[in-house]
Formats: sequence, structure tokens, C-alpha cells
Amino acid sequence: MAMLKVPVTPEDHFQGAKDAAGTLVEYGDYECPHCGSAYSIVKRVQKHFGKELRFVFRNFPLQQIHPHAESAAETAEFAGAQGKFWEMHDALFENQQRLGAPLYSELAREMKLSPEELEQALEEGKYKSRVRDDFSGGVRSGVNGTPTFFINGKRHDGPFDYGSLVQAIEGAIGDQRKTMSA
Amino acid sequence: MTIDKQPGVASVLPAGTAAPDFSLHVTPDQTLSLSELRGKPVILAFYPADFSPVCGDQMALYNEVLPEFQKFGAELLGISVDGVWCHHAFAEARHLHFPLLADFEPKGAVAQMYGAYRRADGFCERALFVIDKSGIIAWSYLSPVAVNPGADGILQALEDLSK
Repeated sequence: MAMLKVPVTPEDHFQGAKDAAGTLVEYGDYECPHCGSAYSIVKRVQKHFGKELRFVFRNFPLQQIHPHAESAAETAEFAGAQGKFWEMHDALFENQQRLGAPLYSELAREMKLSPEELEQALEEGKYKSRVRDDFSGGVRSGVNGTPTFFINGKRHDGPFDYGSLVQAIEGAIGDQRKTMSA
Repeated sequence: MTIDKQPGVASVLPAGTAAPDFSLHVTPDQTLSLSELRGKPVILAFYPADFSPVCGDQMALYNEVLPEFQKFGAELLGISVDGVWCHHAFAEARHLHFPLLADFEPKGAVAQMYGAYRRADGFCERALFVIDKSGIIAWSYLSPVAVNPGADGILQALEDLSK
């Protein structure tokens, strides 16, 4: 059973309380259509669990087959450095068909971030190592494609439709509660 | 060392076994032998078929992870029963930077030597082997054919070798 090797820290991008009973970690690629589908599913899952779930997103760009995956990931990290990670993460998935420099500038402007600074950051590769670290950690944890989900540290090997994710998370939360009250 | 195989139960060659040598086509007019790679760790990834319709299929994943394998000086070889031209098209489509070997004729012969052939289906198991510098299998793993085993087992085995 593949286990997450890199524990979730405050450095991660997360939504929800850090002491939530359930933690869902997604390793994703902004240009991957499966991650595009997962994007709206995760939102529904988050709505369902409310305070019980913390969601973490980490980068796993498949650069060889998705030419924009790396630049999209670095763009989200750039926004993250200025407190706007989730806005950019969401906007990138909602505009998956248009990934590229013109879109990144447009989104930066919309979020009141500097397109020039973004362009420079991409050119310099300022956020490359952050993305690389996510990627390496993912590989070591057994990420085997995108999206790969870990629920309370265990890789989820089943389908990622809404019902399957909810069931798996409920199971993990239940197990956690049993362990804690033992 | 003989391994008694129960009919129908797949068993890949275990750690400690000498990796059987073989010679397979990597392009229509070039063959590659395992023994040529003696002196460095070798990763053998047997897989069922080229072109399965998934973004991060196993070979594409290993392609992304290649720099991590190369840190250990390891060579990666992908092996399926597909022919050289199919491999050529697949490698191009996925921008693969490692060789794909055609276990094509006799079909699955090399996979069989490794205990990694699904006779009923006529294609290879999803089986991984890490072979050390002197040609001994250091680690092997058989994945359920529908599950992409990822690269963590391979990396752990390479790390253990380098200790």
C-alpha cells in the first residue's frame, strides 16, 4: 500500500482546518484532462465534508507529454507566494484549454498581480525547485499518474468519482476515530 | 535453483536470482543485450501494451522520473510483446527517452524467462525488476495488471543498492 512519504506541513497549499479528521492530498497536473475532471469533483467532496476535510494540492507535471504543465504549475506557485494560490489553481483548471503565457498574464492582471513579475519568475525558473520538490516527493510516495490522491496518507487506488472518494474518505475518517479512541 | 510453479499462478523471478541474459530488438535493425549493460544497475519494466489510453501511463511516468533513475546510474528498459514499429510510434507519441524492447519473436520468450508472461492473454505482466551491477536481481515486483505500480519501489531498491 503506497504511503505518502512527505507529510503535510504549513508550507503546503491547503484548504480546511489543519486538524481536520480527513486529509485529501492531490498530486496534479494543470494540463491533464483527468485532473480537469477531478477539479470539480474535489470541490463537491469538500462541500460534502465541510470542516472534517483538509484538501492539499501538490504539483506533479507530466512535462514530457503536457508542454504547459510546468509553466502552469510555476504560475500557481508565483500566485501562491503572494497569497493567491487557490484563485490561480482554480482559474488554471477552469481554463485548461487555454494554458500558456497569454492566459497567465490575463489571470495575473485579474488577480492584481504583476504580469511582468510573473513573466520574469517564469523566465528565471524561480519556482522550479518548489515544483520539482513536489514531484520528487510524489514519486517517492508512489504517485503513479495524474491525479493521484492520498487519503490520510494512503494512496487511493480506486476510481476518483464523487461517490468513490466520499466513501474512501469516510472510511479513513472512521478508522482514524477508532484508532484515537482505542 | 528451481522454482516449482503452480499452473496459473504467476511468480516473477525473486531477488537473489541471476537475471537471465537476453537480446531483443530495440529498433528494426538494432538489438540490445542485457549483458551489454553489466556494470550498472538495470531496471526492467515489463508491461502489457503500448498506447493504453491514460495520461500518466506507466511508461510516461517513468519517462518523467528518468532523471531520478539516472542519479543512480541506472538504465531503464521497457519490454512488451509489441513489435518494433509499434514501439517506435509509442516512443514518439510519449517522447520517451529510454529504450523499448520488442519481446515479439518468439512471443513473450524473455518475459517467460522472468516469470512475467500472461500466457492466457498473450502479453506481459506488469512486472518490475531491479538488477544490480553484477547481473543479480536485487528486487522484483509483480503489480496487478490494472494498477500502475509507480516508481517508488524501484527508487527504494536503487537506494538500497547504493548503500
